Amino acid sequence: MIFKVFKKEELARLHELLAVNIMVGPVARGNDRNGKPLYDFEVVSDFAELALDYTQTVHSPKRFVLPYRETLSTFTLNPNGWEKQVDLNVRHPLVFFGMHACDINALNKLDLVLAKSTYPNPYYLGKRKNLFILGLSCNPEPQCFCRSMGTDSASHGFDLFLTDLGGKYFAEILSATAFDLLSQISCQEPSSKDHTLYKHLTNEKSKRYTTSVDTSDLTKILDLEFASKAWDYWGEKCLSCGTCANVCPTCYCYGVEEQIDLDLRHAGKTRSLHSCNLIDFAKVAGGHNFRPESATRLKYRYYHKHRGFVEAFEEPLCVGCGRCGAACLADITPPEVIASVRGKM
Amino acid sequence: MQNKLPLLDILDSSPDPHRREDPGLFEYTLPAEITSIYPLTAMEKLYQIQIVDPDQRNRFSFRPGQFVMLELPGIGEAPFSISSSPVRRGDLELCIRAVGNLTNFLARVERGTKVGISGPFGTSFPLEKMQGHDILLIGGGLGIVPLRSPLLAVLENRSKYGRVDIMYGAKSPAELLFTYQYEEWRRFDINLGITVDHAETNWQGRTGLITELLQERLQQTTSLRENTYAIVCGPPVMFHFVCKMLTEAGLPMQKMFVSLERRMHCGRGKCCRCNIGSTYTCLDGPVFDYWSVMNLKEAI
Repeated sequence: MIFKVFKKEELARLHELLAVNIMVGPVARGNDRNGKPLYDFEVVSDFAELALDYTQTVHSPKRFVLPYRETLSTFTLNPNGWEKQVDLNVRHPLVFFGMHACDINALNKLDLVLAKSTYPNPYYLGKRKNLFILGLSCNPEPQCFCRSMGTDSASHGFDLFLTDLGGKYFAEILSATAFDLLSQISCQEPSSKDHTLYKHLTNEKSKRYTTSVDTSDLTKILDLEFASKAWDYWGEKCLSCGTCANVCPTCYCYGVEEQIDLDLRHAGKTRSLHSCNLIDFAKVAGGHNFRPESATRLKYRYYHKHRGFVEAFEEPLCVGCGRCGAACLADITPPEVIASVRGKM
Repeated sequence: MQNKLPLLDILDSSPDPHRREDPGLFEYTLPAEITSIYPLTAMEKLYQIQIVDPDQRNRFSFRPGQFVMLELPGIGEAPFSISSSPVRRGDLELCIRAVGNLTNFLARVERGTKVGISGPFGTSFPLEKMQGHDILLIGGGLGIVPLRSPLLAVLENRSKYGRVDIMYGAKSPAELLFTYQYEEWRRFDINLGITVDHAETNWQGRTGLITELLQERLQQTTSLRENTYAIVCGPPVMFHFVCKMLTEAGLPMQKMFVSLERRMHCGRGKCCRCNIGSTYTCLDGPVFDYWSVMNLKEAI
């Protein structure tokens, strides 16, 4: 990996260079009921709009690679049959300006199942391959347990990652495009003082986490505690609304629906994000539902994320961003659920 | 404009429908036509579905136990077990019960309707390993549908297999599927046992549970440990009792296969709707050996 440092004032210049592309970044969008600012990722054209000191966005960046609703194909119908047209909906490259490590890692996890597996999903792959990601260091929030999930820093999946060293940024460069960009602004080689400061700051950051999850032997514990009363407790609280999957940066489950125009000449096939907590998730034609109770659906969500995905890819499908817990209307948070299943509550 | 990023195209100009890693394959369906529709019962029909292009039809190959996704534009797409023999390749037979959106629509279509087929998907029954062994095919209700493809494959090479028993149970005589083929199966030296839960007055056959049929079969053999393979497909409650009986009769778990049903929206390990625990029924199944099923929470 190649490292550089540059003065903070240069960031606006870097933005200007990238601004010939369509750019997405964190912006402030009002306050919550406690007066805390709310942030989200949106298309931005002005450097001043970017809220680079953002805590966490309400929604994850996944909608830019995995839209909530997307047309997979359209059909032209005629009396003798039909023709199918497929459009991957990739219109332009996208620059992400200021993504935190957890969200970068979330995309890396989505890559495992959507891009690097049998039957890669071209709708995802096309958008993912056309991303330029500028990562940005963050400060741990009360809901963050990324350190427990090993996703508090990103080692791949970005072009450029900036760590705030005070008056300057410490830049990690992972692509030729990023290297070329930095050569167009005023950059220096990091000094040994910069190295020391970088190590000191990352070490300090790791001490500031207030939430953690014990993931040791979790795959086995989940099997051991399959019949645990804890699931019923959380199932009772769960409203089966699917908000957690909505804000989660790694939830990718979906449903497909087809529609036909009233003139019977055209039809379409739409993919929409689904949630395993919704009641019809595993219901088959004929009416049998493999997971009729909210407790079994909630349990399945934890099974998929913390057991099955680990079995398949050697890492959990959770980056510890805490968005699901923050958004949950019933105050269900993964650290509490996992602790209770472990019998520690 | 030096920093304008280029738009990368991830698709090859000519997708290869036989390479699963080709991203262009994801939404690719083979144009196919319903060439005949044969009503089996009041609810189920047997559809002959032929891939239109002769070259694609001959290159289409599947193994018994696998499924295809059938698409009707604007109506829907759903997974169906293949019921035909693998030697017929892309000239498929699908037995479909009218029970949901797509299947109720299919119940009303006519011969000549154009559909889209993708696949084959999923795991299959290990027929090569089964050669030289006795085979038990145990099906309940619609569970006979995925059993028909391995049965037809066995009939084509009948001498390579030992004793073959079919045990098939349905709710009533009117719900029995493939009745027109029973005599033909018997001609191939297949022991066909049929039972129904409730019978009308003119039913000459047997009434009772499928486990009773199995019990009689098991009494004819001392142990299933050495020389038998079993394929079981039916409702969850049947799996539970039949698999237990077979295990007690000495059948090793790796020689007992089940075919499971789940909701599916993609068939390609992406939508997660078919997950059991977090195993994809579409990729790691639908055919599982009993050991895998035991290892999966909430499988049967």
